[in-house]
Amino acid sequence: MHIAEGFLPWQWCLFWYIVALPVIAYGIIQIKRVTDEHPESKPLLAVSGAFIFILSSLKLPSVTGSCSHPTGTGLGAVLFGPAAVSVLAAIVLVFQALLLAHGGITTLGANDFSMGIVGPFAAWLIWKGARKIGWSSSLAIFIAAVMGDWLTYVTTAVQLSLAFPIPTFEAAFVKFIAIYAYTQVPLAIAEGILTVVVFEYIMKLRPDILVKLGVIKSEDPEIVKARTEAV
Amino acid sequence: MVNKRAILLLSLVAVIVIFPLAFYNGKGEEQGYFGGTDDQGPQYIESTGYTPWFHSLWEPPSGEIESLLFAVQAAIGAIIIGFVFGYYTGQSKERKRKLESNEKID
Repeated sequence: MHIAEGFLPWQWCLFWYIVALPVIAYGIIQIKRVTDEHPESKPLLAVSGAFIFILSSLKLPSVTGSCSHPTGTGLGAVLFGPAAVSVLAAIVLVFQALLLAHGGITTLGANDFSMGIVGPFAAWLIWKGARKIGWSSSLAIFIAAVMGDWLTYVTTAVQLSLAFPIPTFEAAFVKFIAIYAYTQVPLAIAEGILTVVVFEYIMKLRPDILVKLGVIKSEDPEIVKARTEAV
Repeated sequence: MVNKRAILLLSLVAVIVIFPLAFYNGKGEEQGYFGGTDDQGPQYIESTGYTPWFHSLWEPPSGEIESLLFAVQAAIGAIIIGFVFGYYTGQSKERKRKLESNEKID
């Protein structure tokens, strides 16, 4: 999903910066607030960022015969909300743009919009919705992470089709979806499973922080069970 | 204590990743397999006649250096997760130990 350096006309680079920056600014405020209120959530914030670091560095083979990488943003979105993840994703994207020539500074706004905003926002919404209709936390975070990952790539396809509607937006979209979205399906599922593994560990070891962050309600039967087991 | 569920789930991830490698076994980059989608996008855009107006400030000079930096990125993430989870596991063991010794005193 990394749009390479210089591969968006400057007007679009500017546009996506203008869209992404307020969210990142809000995310910074939100991170400050949550770490002030609950200092014990800092290690989990580090884990969320670290998870994005690992997953976005792994270029995995897919059944379509090309390689792509997961995003790792679903976990942070569920724990801290999408705005906070836009900040974490921006850190990763800057690292990759400067040191790996992967993505770019000019396309940072666009890449943060897909990976740090649309994906995490979708994941967060799906998590909330799935929990509301009574799905287990593991299943809910699985679907949330899968869709967050996949929609990130769909967003990239949309962004590129908007910038290069050749010959038309629809035709370009079909082309870019073919490049990005099909390859991503199995990788998104892999990301979903990894997210479940990490989330279940957090649930087992520190269910108290999940309650404080408001991820899970304290009267939730899963939390009650995890708490008696974790002591 | 071995977490069987985690191992099962991680094995499933391994299957998802290994399957394409087995399926397209023997085919490589020369036949157009296992290239990155992040490269295919720009290739297609260039084929429409677009030339990028800005280039990366710095590029890894070779594939070796690039894989070094990708490995460093993954290692940074892995060490943080390992540290936090190790710390949490130690905490939870200590809590259990204290609780058990309290029960003995009672």
